[in-house]
Amino acid sequence: MNTPRLEIIEQYCKGCSICVEFCPTNVLEMDGFLVKAIRPDACIGCMQCELRCPDFAIRVHKD
Amino acid sequence: MAFDYDKYLRPGKLPHIWCPGCGHGIVFKGLLRAIDACELEKNRTAIVSGIGCASRLPGYVDFNTLHTAHGRAAAFATGIKMAQPDMNVLVVGGDGDGVAIGGNHFIHACRRNIDMTYVILNNFIYGMTGGQFSPCTPTGDKASTTPYGNPDPTFDISKLAIGAGATFVARTTAYHATQIDKLIAEGIRHKGMAIIEVLDDCPTTYGRRNKFRSVVDMMKRFKELAVPVAKAATMSKEELEGKIVTGILHREERPEYCEQYAEVVKRAQNL
Ligand SMILES: Cc1ncc(C[n+]2csc(CCOP(=O)(O)OP(=O)(O)O)c2C)c(N)n1
Ligand code: SF4
Ligand code: SF4
Ligand code: SF4
Ligand SMILES: [Mg+2]
Repeated sequence: MNTPRLEIIEQYCKGCSICVEFCPTNVLEMDGFLVKAIRPDACIGCMQCELRCPDFAIRVHKD
Repeated sequence: MAFDYDKYLRPGKLPHIWCPGCGHGIVFKGLLRAIDACELEKNRTAIVSGIGCASRLPGYVDFNTLHTAHGRAAAFATGIKMAQPDMNVLVVGGDGDGVAIGGNHFIHACRRNIDMTYVILNNFIYGMTGGQFSPCTPTGDKASTTPYGNPDPTFDISKLAIGAGATFVARTTAYHATQIDKLIAEGIRHKGMAIIEVLDDCPTTYGRRNKFRSVVDMMKRFKELAVPVAKAATMSKEELEGKIVTGILHREERPEYCEQYAEVVKRAQNL
């Protein structure tokens, strides 16, 4: 399987850090009030971040 | 493919007004996935709300939407369903809207078993107006109106709905993101009144006052306290103290209100 592609929509991200906390492979980190994918290669496509983001700000593309 | 939320959103409305970490956004996304799973047609679907942060939800969606008076969503929704029984009618709103000011409409919509799906976002507080206590604020907790601790016992919304006659009642939390859409979809498919209670977080007016360091702590607490209904059946009352029982809590078949009303119309016309 290809590594999923993470799309972060910066205008929507409110910096709650929910996605960072619940990512099982520590792909994400807060950079001030904005989320950043610091280890995108470690993404396993589990969708935990996308499912719990309250702001439509992170999408996981698996195609 | 990532789930395409955009097809159900009114263009240009995001970012939404909810605070950072507000669970309403998580429930909102679950609702859209449930609507998609049930293949509801936009023109045959109405989403109705009252007033409150939760009740702002219909403003973001591309369906028939109605933002009504505080506590009155169930009454307006009943009107829509009676006038157009083929319409899929969904209600969304908060604990304050649904079971404080709107408690009467809530119980009577349950009693009638009218075919609609009511998603109630229970964040234990009046979020929009700055954190006054609601009937769902846990006893002892702090709200702007109970700075020394809330003396009131709390409403269990799901139990209230079952007692009032709703024929499908389910509960989950904002942590359990995939269960949100599964339960709402089950509720939509159910013929009769379906109540889906989602325990939700308001970090701004409830979390801060009640010593949650962050919204993540609030989500973790939901994770810790949740007990699936099948497991709860094996536990004692003492073991279940303070736990959140999740899943489908009640399901029964009972005559649906619009159908009963259509019978009345037929009888009247035959006279
Ligand atoms: C008739 C009336 N009374 C009071 C208000 C003030 N008011 C607005 S929202 C709200 C409470 C909302 O709480 P809830 O339904 O739990 O929604 P939340 O903001 O927590 O999502 C109140 C009391 C109002 N708008 N109208
Ligand atoms: S899909 Fe899973 S592994 Fe990938 S960033 Fe999101 S939470 Fe982390
Ligand atoms: S969950 Fe969403 S809004 Fe919160 S930090 Fe992550 S991307 Fe941003
Ligand atoms: S006040 Fe509370 S309920 Fe309202 S948007 Fe903010 S976090 Fe959500
Ligand atoms: Mg509330």
